[in-house]
Amino acid sequence: MQDIYPLSQLREGQEAKVTGILATGSMRRRLQDIGIIEGTNVECLQKSPAGDPIAYLIRGAAIALRKEDSSDILVRLKMA
Amino acid sequence: MGLTANSTGKNAVDSGLNIVKTSPKDKIIALAGNPNVGKSTVFNELTGMNQHTGNWPGKTVTSAQGTHTYNGTDYILVDLPGTYSLMAHSAEEEVARDFICFGGTDAVIVVCDATCLERNLNLVLQTIEITQKVIVCVNLMDEAKKKDIVINIKQLSKNLGVPVVGTSARSNKGLDELIRTVEKSLENDHSHSVEIKYIEPIEKAISIVKNIIEQKISTDLSTRWIALKLIDFDETIIQALNEHTNYDLLHDEDIYKGLEEAKKILDENQITSEYIKDKIVSCIILAAEAICCDCVCQKDADCNSRDRKIDRILTSKWTGIPIMLILLCTIFWITITGANYPSQLLSDGLFWVQDRLTEFFNWLGTPNWVHGVLVLGVYRVLAWVVSVMLPPMAIFFPLFTLLEDFGYLPRVAFNLDSYFKKACACGKQALTMAMGFGCNAAGIVGCRIIDSPRERLIATITNNFVPCNVRFPTLIAIITMFFVGVVASPFQSLVSTVILTGVIVLGVILTFSVSRLLSKTILKGVPSSFTLELPPYRKPQIGKVIVRSLLDRTLFVLGRAVVVAAPVGLVIWVMANITVGDLSILKHCSNFLDPFANLLGLDGVILLAFILGFPANEIVVPIIIMSYMSTGTLLELDSLSQLKELFVSNGWTWLTAVCTMLFCLIHWPCSTTCLTIKKETQSLKWTAISFAVPTIVGMIVCFIVATGARLFGLV
Repeated sequence: MQDIYPLSQLREGQEAKVTGILATGSMRRRLQDIGIIEGTNVECLQKSPAGDPIAYLIRGAAIALRKEDSSDILVRLKMA
Repeated sequence: MGLTANSTGKNAVDSGLNIVKTSPKDKIIALAGNPNVGKSTVFNELTGMNQHTGNWPGKTVTSAQGTHTYNGTDYILVDLPGTYSLMAHSAEEEVARDFICFGGTDAVIVVCDATCLERNLNLVLQTIEITQKVIVCVNLMDEAKKKDIVINIKQLSKNLGVPVVGTSARSNKGLDELIRTVEKSLENDHSHSVEIKYIEPIEKAISIVKNIIEQKISTDLSTRWIALKLIDFDETIIQALNEHTNYDLLHDEDIYKGLEEAKKILDENQITSEYIKDKIVSCIILAAEAICCDCVCQKDADCNSRDRKIDRILTSKWTGIPIMLILLCTIFWITITGANYPSQLLSDGLFWVQDRLTEFFNWLGTPNWVHGVLVLGVYRVLAWVVSVMLPPMAIFFPLFTLLEDFGYLPRVAFNLDSYFKKACACGKQALTMAMGFGCNAAGIVGCRIIDSPRERLIATITNNFVPCNVRFPTLIAIITMFFVGVVASPFQSLVSTVILTGVIVLGVILTFSVSRLLSKTILKGVPSSFTLELPPYRKPQIGKVIVRSLLDRTLFVLGRAVVVAAPVGLVIWVMANITVGDLSILKHCSNFLDPFANLLGLDGVILLAFILGFPANEIVVPIIIMSYMSTGTLLELDSLSQLKELFVSNGWTWLTAVCTMLFCLIHWPCSTTCLTIKKETQSLKWTAISFAVPTIVGMIVCFIVATGARLFGLV
């Protein structure tokens, strides 16, 4: 069994698969609009100078999320 | 291609979506698509118009329309704001959806990004759900080719069941074919377009409601889609549908019964209303995945590695912010150094013309006042505005546009977001500030990219802390006169650059502090969620950008000089030359303001100039010059050093110069900006606050600086 983490805990370069979205309301829709649903692959790309927000690769696009929002996305780490 | 005359000033706000057909044969074509896929570029190439383009998502927040004529038919193209979906989660999405549904469109072109097709298909599929009159335009084929992504257009068209055209709009490739395809598709009917299959219970519910709707109303829209929206209970669309069909769907007994039945089926399968929304979205995304899998071939899995490498330099912990400052400095340095020579040349030329004009009027033997009004009033202000304003603008603007086209602006937002978060504001505010450099009115319209109304208001109120393009040259002129000497040398322009950068950084710091203050007082709240896309870097079309924005800026400055500066020159000359009692009207006004202005480290004339500069900030310095000249002997002003002499003889010290610069950075927004704020916020209260906040802050800052300097005996 692999553990499930919030997306915000991913380190740069790590890849993971989305297992659930805790966000509700408009943010949940917004995340779905950019293609985050259960099973979507994500990769942690790059932290901003202050360490937050962090950019993720989601369906071919680099998208920055603040910690508050990325911690509402649950992911399962992919083994390298 | 950066902000253009079409997208700044009073043109910044759109007039809404009123489409006027000149003939019944005209066809209305909507351009939809995700943000930053090149919709505006496609639009510009087809219509020959000049909408703001650039490499960041969200620059088109208004809808534009233009015409393309092909084979004798006029196609009215409507450039819709970029959206990821048509579920109407934001104002732009609602605008886009309502226009596609009810705008009387003959066809919808959905523009896609070839480098990121799968994600774009989400919107394509949602559009096809609403209407079958869809043409897919896969744009940025050139970028995809560079990244070794091959797209099988034919297969994609087969999978989607609608025509698909590949284009590279930036180099005008494939657009003829696009229009040909539109023409052809208007004749054919497409009843073969792909249908998204939802899970069994949802499908059952849809078919029950759909059958009832078909008996009740006749519409161009897909009844399957209307049924889906009714089951999903999407209130915004139900309301819009009621208005459009003149039929109250929810109060129809049969439809109501059908919906009850549908709900029963869903309930039996434990499908809640939240779950149905999720399910609809994921079915569409999975459909997009399935459609893409045999159309897109990506040879190199790591095709974005170049972008990642650049990002690692431009946004890393140690280099991100320093590089940002260095870039800003470099742009200012090139602007200041480069502007010097053409400025001198223009001013020599224009003042030579003034002398000839004077000779001409003398030869004509016209009365003195005619020469005064026309030459010393109108012409001289015009000459000053053109020679001092034009060169810095014409250099700064193209440079800034190059950075914008490259894709740097979203990285600035990425770098600065944590500061905005501390101020309880949105990181996208950085993008609106960047637009403010061009024109504050455009910056304020750009605030629409911020979803939270609270954060949008913060961005609106603080936008004026970024000096627009018109205030820049004033700052540069004062810096050059008072702090570095007039003779240009590389070292001196370096000093100017540092001072100017300092002024801008001060503006940015004020933006953060005032944003935070607002968040703690009249606009209380916590930072809201948002997603910020970092688009791929694209090589800017250097030649095209430079020529376009140079031309655009030149026309802009000349246009404003004629429309605003010339009339003001006339008014000021009259005010300076008509005396009441023993003083001119101008002197009466400035004397009245003098005591208060002194507290701010200014004098009455300067404050009066800022007040009279309300319609346009570029006339502030000409007003100051003219006021001073009317009281002393008439100087031949053809260089900045003579100008400095004039200012010093009127009591300017370095403190006056500092305070004037500070006040130039921080004072009320110009009239156009105020009107734009009124239009965007729909509220006099917020317009008044946006006027008051920078005014009060500016006065406080100037007062502190002036009093401090005087107390410590620095002056």
